[in-house]
Amino acid sequence: MYRYDEFDERFVRERVAQFRDQVQRRIDGALTEEEFRPLRLQNGLYLQLHAYMLRIAVPYGVLSSRQLRALATIADRYDRGYGHFTTRQNLQFNWPKLRDAPDILELLADVQMHTIQTSGNCIRNTTADQFAGVAADEIEDPRPVAELIRQWSSLHPEFAFLPRKFKIAVNGATEDRAVLKAHDVAVRIIRHAETGETGYQILAGGGLGRTPMIGKIVVDFAPKGHLLSHLEAVMRVYNAQGRRDNKYKARIKILVHEIGLPEFKARIAAELEAEGPSFRQEEVDELARIATFFARKEYETLAPHSRPYERARAANRDFAQWADTALFAHKADGYAIVTVSLKPIGGPPGDMTSDQMRAFADLADRYSLGELRVSHAQNLVLPHVKKDDLFALWRALGEHGLSTANVGLITDIIACPGLDYCALATARSIPIAQAIAQRFADPARQHDIGPLNIKISGCINACGHHHVGHIGILGLEKSGRESYQITLGGDASWNAAIGELLGPGLTADETPAAIERLVDFYLAHRLSGETFIETVKRLGAGAFKGAFAGVSRHEAA
Amino acid sequence: MTAASLPPPPAILIANDLLDGDVVFRKSDGWTRDPRAAFIAYTSDETQALALVAREAEARREVVEASIVDVDIRDGAPAPRHFRERFKTLGPSVRPDLGKQAQFPDYARAAGA
Ligand code: SF4
Repeated sequence: MYRYDEFDERFVRERVAQFRDQVQRRIDGALTEEEFRPLRLQNGLYLQLHAYMLRIAVPYGVLSSRQLRALATIADRYDRGYGHFTTRQNLQFNWPKLRDAPDILELLADVQMHTIQTSGNCIRNTTADQFAGVAADEIEDPRPVAELIRQWSSLHPEFAFLPRKFKIAVNGATEDRAVLKAHDVAVRIIRHAETGETGYQILAGGGLGRTPMIGKIVVDFAPKGHLLSHLEAVMRVYNAQGRRDNKYKARIKILVHEIGLPEFKARIAAELEAEGPSFRQEEVDELARIATFFARKEYETLAPHSRPYERARAANRDFAQWADTALFAHKADGYAIVTVSLKPIGGPPGDMTSDQMRAFADLADRYSLGELRVSHAQNLVLPHVKKDDLFALWRALGEHGLSTANVGLITDIIACPGLDYCALATARSIPIAQAIAQRFADPARQHDIGPLNIKISGCINACGHHHVGHIGILGLEKSGRESYQITLGGDASWNAAIGELLGPGLTADETPAAIERLVDFYLAHRLSGETFIETVKRLGAGAFKGAFAGVSRHEAA
Repeated sequence: MTAASLPPPPAILIANDLLDGDVVFRKSDGWTRDPRAAFIAYTSDETQALALVAREAEARREVVEASIVDVDIRDGAPAPRHFRERFKTLGPSVRPDLGKQAQFPDYARAAGA
């Protein structure tokens, strides 16, 4: 894992001391709420419906067992014994007290964690493929680039007051697992089509929220050593020309959309031209330095296939079913990447108790070299598990309610906190996720339906990524009641697409039945081997409207 | 909050405690965590008086996010009419073990959705 150097360490400690002082001045009355709000937000402290909320950065989703234990301690000592993992790979505590916030930050600093840039109009925590560094389909580990961006963007004076918040994602594998096209800027590590050289493709202008847009490729190929100069050019164009007059038009996606892709690319080129040579040796050197922290782990030399694993699969159907969803191909022979579902049927998606955190930290130590990851789908990952250990790991996870066999299936639902916690929400999200999961609880049925992403947001801000859900659900208020709009055909992969609205909003009670009708329609019309999203793309969302209208008519009746 | 934007009575004043963030209700003097003890404004004069109290309490750094909320009276207790404030008063609907609903179960029974 990356370890802070002295500069990082000092910086984080200073920040804690400053915030302690700011909180004290707020309590003493030297600061009004208007003055204090931006300061607390810069430290990830929000005020939500029932309490304050603290958002903790998990840089590119990488955590150590030691850090997870520290989070468990904070959950017990300063919160209500649980935390919530978000679609930005961060962790939120829902009940911290203002007076305790400086002490919490101190505990975080002890394990090299912080809350900096988890809020405000700055470059937020950089997200990445949760399988970074271990996936068999990887071209290059994206974590060094993500860390380079973290260092470059941390308190970059030029980018501290952007027109709006700014989200960057990095992916280094052939499959996009970081929802690149839904980000303001995304970096994709690729091989040059002709030379085979590894370099960077840069996307910009993606984003969900009020005006969802799919990111576009703005730099086809930047060779190594040219990344930051290109990113700075993109940022400068945005910082100078992005709109500041209207909060809803201030994201980079609006600029790219308004001036068009060719013009945006031309402005990047002009910016690069003005800056002189774009190659930077320091970037190459710094990336090499950072990469040593992420150097390949000391794996044992193992056979690609594991007899104990195969035997356990054959003997235990539940285990086989779990393995079918949880495992992903590892770079090293005899190892597997394990995704651990935080979506127990009927539980709030992404929530984890402090007891589970501690148990999980122990399992990470025992089976995964002390390391874990957070995925944007609100699940956890054990990245270095020996196949020989999988059965024992599965049993141990089961003892802590962590062996739900649904990763990637219909009950592996992304849901933002919604109106159960969030002050901006227009409706609840979690109970909808729970009701749908309960309706599809039967494991055999879930496996028959196959890969299907449902994503739910409690307001137009789209933290639950509903636009790119195969089925998206957006909670709104209609005539004093919660109302849910259903979209179909969204896609969070490299084939990204924004879902199409199926019809008028439904009540909370009607929503699970509507989802079931869409699924039944798919089951009735799928070709052999066709996944849900493939059928939707083949037939078009319109074909599903009939099934959906049945529910709406029912509602009207 | 201007007089024009004040909701019609009956109404109560709810806010978040500055230090704890906890949801609090204005009683006739000071603040309470018990929604049943909230002062209920039955006239628009009383609502306006509550709005003044809200501004002063914010200035005194007792609370943040103070707002006047219209309520129905159920079993003598105030239940916010809008579902947002009802959740704010009760706690997360997915965690009945947390928030006011856990502290004041009979209130939750009376005021719940
Ligand atoms: S989508 Fe809306 S309700 Fe959900 S967490 Fe984001 S701001 Fe809150």
